[in-house]
Amino acid sequence: MRLLTHNMLSSNIKGVTNGFPLLIEVEKVVEKQVDFNEDFLRNMFPKIEWKALVEASRTMGYTELPENAESSMLDSDEFLRKFHHALIELHLEEGALVCPETGRKFPVNKGIPNMLLHEDEV
Amino acid sequence: MTSRPELQAPPEIFYNDDEARKYTSSSRIIEIQAKLSERALELLALPNDGVHRLLLDIGCGSGLSGETLTENGHQWIGLDISQSMLDVALEREVEGDLVLGDMGQGLDLRTGVIDGAISISAVQWLCNADKSSHEPRIRLKAFFGSLYRSLARGARAVLQVYPENLAQRELILSFAMRAGFSGGVVVDFPHSTKSRKEYLVLTCGPPSLSSAAPRGKGEDGESCSDEDSSGDEDNQSVCVSDRHRPRKKQKLNKKMKGREWVLRKKEQRRRKGTAVPADTKYTARKRKARF
Ligand SMILES: C[S@@+](CC[C@H](N)C(=O)[O-])C[C@H]1O[C@@H](n2cnc3c(N)ncnc32)[C@H](O)[C@@H]1O
Repeated sequence: MRLLTHNMLSSNIKGVTNGFPLLIEVEKVVEKQVDFNEDFLRNMFPKIEWKALVEASRTMGYTELPENAESSMLDSDEFLRKFHHALIELHLEEGALVCPETGRKFPVNKGIPNMLLHEDEV
Repeated sequence: MTSRPELQAPPEIFYNDDEARKYTSSSRIIEIQAKLSERALELLALPNDGVHRLLLDIGCGSGLSGETLTENGHQWIGLDISQSMLDVALEREVEGDLVLGDMGQGLDLRTGVIDGAISISAVQWLCNADKSSHEPRIRLKAFFGSLYRSLARGARAVLQVYPENLAQRELILSFAMRAGFSGGVVVDFPHSTKSRKEYLVLTCGPPSLSSAAPRGKGEDGESCSDEDSSGDEDNQSVCVSDRHRPRKKQKLNKKMKGREWVLRKKEQRRRKGTAVPADTKYTARKRKARF
């Protein structure tokens, strides 16, 4: 699971009002090289919760992202490269996502988060 | 006729390792799923600007449908309830991210972040109650409500479905409309039992010109490539319904469609600035059965 997906996921357990962002527990991170695509990054930027991306990438051991970002920074190639790396090249391979409100853990195995809810959570 | 998979077992059981294996080994399945996905992507009608998008593949299974998205350069997130199917997707080294989840529990995504969604041969599964706690209506509501929220305004969802019967299609469509989607059903090759395919083409937001359901395939002598579907009946007509409200209400309206209704509609059109033929004594007259 890439941080792109992490940035979109939120916990929808019954009763939870703010399930975003899910905390990350890391057991194993892998990096996969992906072709750089500037248009995609520009299209995604306004939809990204930046703070969550910064936090998540730090948890995954990548500390290059600036604390704050605004759209003018998309003109910097250096910024775009870092954004690209954090967003789609870092994968959480093993670990867990944790609901920020309830502490419920969603295990991540082989890169796949198990978001299935128990019956009493629906 | 073989029994529908939906009637045999819950999806996470039906799509076990054996069934999942078929999705990598059967060239027929691979070809059909690829064709359906290409058509779904076409119906998504993404802006023609070459920009790659973030898409959703609901019931992504072994990733056959997702591969079409990748081939077109898009990033995608795939959701499926069957671990066996997702394991096959891993083996195939698909490029999208995979999530194990149940669409009937609602998609756990932030609001307005997804550029488009496709689903190939999956949504009809929601019409089954596989556990005593399952109520299809509640699951359909949770699914369509959460899908609507997750999509950017104006974005589309194209869901290819195999409803078991008319009632099931109505059920699915009515919950889509209730969630706020506009659009309708596109039927490709409506007269062929084998090639007939249905797509719900849904747009997030109120109805507009761009949310009208496009035409189905199967006219102008364009034929589909399934072997035994070359009979002429395939190519005759196409049935497209385009609506933004449940059919029940529409049926009621139909009964009242007389001259007055037509005149009112024409007046509305004129006010909107559309070119409309003048009202004459022929307006809304019944045609003779034969000219
Ligand atoms: C016919 S397969 C199609 C797979 C894939 N879309 C393709 O084109 O190859 C249907 C898939 O829907 C999934 N499915 C059924 N019910 C589901 C649910 N409630 N939530 C998520 N996925 C579901 C099944 O596990 C199965 O993988």
